[in-house]
Amino acid sequence: MTNALRLLCLAAAVTLGLAAPARAAKDELVIGLTQFPSTFHPSIDSMLAKTYILSMARRPVTAYDPSWTLVCMLCETLPTFENGLAKREKTADGKQGVALTYTLKAGTKWADGRPVTTADVLFTWEVGRHPRSGLSNSELYRRILKVEARDARTFTLHLDRLTFDYNAVNDLHILPAHVEKPRFEAGDAAEYRNRTAFDQDTTNPGLYNGPYRITQVVQGSHVVLEPNAHWAGDKPAFKRIVVKTVENTAALEANLLAGGVDLIAGELGLPLEQAIAFENRADPRFTVTYKPSLVYEHLDVNHSSPILADKRVRQALMHGIDREALSRQLFAGRQQVADANVPPLDWVHTDDLAKYRFDPATAARLLDEAGWKLAGGVRRDAKGQPLTIELATTAGNRSRELVAQVLQAQWRAIGVDVRLKSEPPRIFFGETVTKRKFPHLAMFAWYSAPESVPRSTLHSTMIPAESNGWAGQNYGGYARPGMDKLIDAIEVETDRARRKALWAELQKLYADDLPALPLYFRADAFILPKPLKGVTPTGHQDPSTLWVEGWRWE
Amino acid sequence: MILSRLLQSLAVLLVMSFVVYGLMGLMPGDPIDLMIAADPHLTPEDAERLKALYGLDRPWTERYLRWLAQVAQGEFGYSRLYAKPVWEAMLPALGNTALLMAAALAVALAVALPLGILASLRPGSVFDHAVNLLAFASVSLPTFWVGLMLIVLFAVQLGWLPAGGMETVAAGGGGLGDRLAHLALPVATLALAGIGQYVRQMRAAMIGEAHHDYVRTARAKGCGPARVVLNHQLRNALLPVTTIVALEIGGLFSGALITETVFAWPGMGRLIYESVMGNDFNLALTGLLLATAMTLLGSILADLAYRWLDPRVSLK
Repeated sequence: MTNALRLLCLAAAVTLGLAAPARAAKDELVIGLTQFPSTFHPSIDSMLAKTYILSMARRPVTAYDPSWTLVCMLCETLPTFENGLAKREKTADGKQGVALTYTLKAGTKWADGRPVTTADVLFTWEVGRHPRSGLSNSELYRRILKVEARDARTFTLHLDRLTFDYNAVNDLHILPAHVEKPRFEAGDAAEYRNRTAFDQDTTNPGLYNGPYRITQVVQGSHVVLEPNAHWAGDKPAFKRIVVKTVENTAALEANLLAGGVDLIAGELGLPLEQAIAFENRADPRFTVTYKPSLVYEHLDVNHSSPILADKRVRQALMHGIDREALSRQLFAGRQQVADANVPPLDWVHTDDLAKYRFDPATAARLLDEAGWKLAGGVRRDAKGQPLTIELATTAGNRSRELVAQVLQAQWRAIGVDVRLKSEPPRIFFGETVTKRKFPHLAMFAWYSAPESVPRSTLHSTMIPAESNGWAGQNYGGYARPGMDKLIDAIEVETDRARRKALWAELQKLYADDLPALPLYFRADAFILPKPLKGVTPTGHQDPSTLWVEGWRWE
Repeated sequence: MILSRLLQSLAVLLVMSFVVYGLMGLMPGDPIDLMIAADPHLTPEDAERLKALYGLDRPWTERYLRWLAQVAQGEFGYSRLYAKPVWEAMLPALGNTALLMAAALAVALAVALPLGILASLRPGSVFDHAVNLLAFASVSLPTFWVGLMLIVLFAVQLGWLPAGGMETVAAGGGGLGDRLAHLALPVATLALAGIGQYVRQMRAAMIGEAHHDYVRTARAKGCGPARVVLNHQLRNALLPVTTIVALEIGGLFSGALITETVFAWPGMGRLIYESVMGNDFNLALTGLLLATAMTLLGSILADLAYRWLDPRVSLK
């Protein structure tokens, strides 16, 4: 027995000794994410994990920087009317179009040493506008009427309309023609998705033009990136970056504490409340940074509901909830209360609008005026029907479930009976919300770009219906000519001052009319090791990894 | 007889494929609906184009028949999520899961069978009560909680074992010891979850056999206690345990979603879950049918094992 025990101990010691997890050398960085990308093609399927990883290995032509300013990533200069690189022109059907001339940065190369050229741009446009190529977002490519290659580095895009963000071509992800063209032309374009080197030969260096290139992919587990020897920009500091997927956030935190990962990405890492709890434990090895983001948590209102069609009821509901206290108690005040749909970091944000402070007396008065009288704890209309509303949200999202319970309690105090309904995201977003099956309120978030015009969410032409294939994101069915007019005007107003005024008008209308009930703007929590410098959270859809070459371990 | 069982299994697989395809087809929303919800730039034209491209505009019955015709020709198609042939997307996960689940099953049996036998020798003793307590704890404790506690203890507090993954990805990792270390905690979690039921089955079967005449006869003939237990009692008591173990064979290929998620183990559980949620019919169906086929195969193997353990059993 004693010998057996000794043998067991020896075996354990050998195993553990061999296995002691090697702490990453500091020219090597291990990042923890909660999602693994299903595809690596930059234009097939939209997925945050893919954007996060590819941003280290590929650069779009333009992007929003951490200060939410549009900048060139692959181009030399942003075309504007002032510098002459943007020119108004008429389209063939007489509409107002625009011609934009971009020059690719000198020395931009794919990681196999081939230069990035206008031939690649032309090929990308060819793939993008092909109706069967399977690209998930072909809107930009449809807007590009023609691409002219002026030389190997300079090209002109002719767009079918002039909008204020005319020079933002963030969705133009240049594809390497020398790698992808033979695959694209090898058969039916509909099968291109199954032939693309991005998924069939992901470690091919010819696919990448950023500071890093992908050198290893273990499906569902991790992705390894190493420097692109042909990168012309600042030399990246890390010899290897490993992006490791740990879907369970408790396990991800344990991995961080155990040294299995060096940092947790804020874009796809711990939920805010878990990060706050982590910060409260005060681990001296890490810094927790919160970045207010564009993610707008709100309650979508079904305007077909006779109860909520009355603006006074919507306003009463806003006065009936203490959002400041909610943010303070549940999120340590890290999530900024929203007054409308434009976040404070956006330059078009205005503070000059109706604010809904917690005021149960005003809420009660508004409900009385709307015909909902208090009787036995619950308000009823003249026919005796109780004021009952259903609040649907995503199951499994702890923050939302907590918020829903708080809202239920606070609204009950003003006589509104709230029924909570939680559904799996697959059903909530795949059916209930998208097909407008929520009877009253649906709690979720919008994720958008800086200065994102809310056409898809607020314009009356964007109400999903069977007749339009359930496209559009105006799930509440909000239709106001005033809002439509403002949206139409903002989109084509290129003068910044006039546009800012229009945005202010839109936010005032939003706050007064309440197409949706604003809650707060989410904050991303970045848990970073103290020696890691240069990680700048953006708070928008372009992740911090777009500037990975500036990351240093000091 | 075996041929007949195999034909029955094929019929079961056919019915299962129809049921699984139908259930997935009835799930609300499709990948394009979800894409529309996530991407404000997606236009009605984009949605229509993509639905037609992926065949999502056709009734699920029509899609099922097309899929069945392809499978009959040995063509399992491409995974929509991973843009790869189904088997190419599935094989790495299949290997990972088989390794994890087989190791967990082996550890669970290695611990549970001796404990069950020893506990059955003196029912009601302190040892028996202790084993019962362990068994109840094993079946009662949620796997995700056990997994997280093991991570906190062995990875975070003691730093002896890695918290997740299959190997250390950083330079210097990836050796045999490193892989074994990564296997330790998920195997322990799954083994702990399995030990309870095996212990209880083994103990109950052994106690049941102890009262049979052949055991008394063996003792009367002068067989020692060890010989009675190991040569006579155990052989018969193994029959019900064999059934349970055989049915676990399907699990070797379908994975353990929660444990795989907690330990970031890229196995079949996560792959099947993601493929079902992502409406990746080809991948989900092949994964689920493979697990079903293996369960049916396990059932046939259990019958063969009965015959080996007890020649009186016939496969008629």
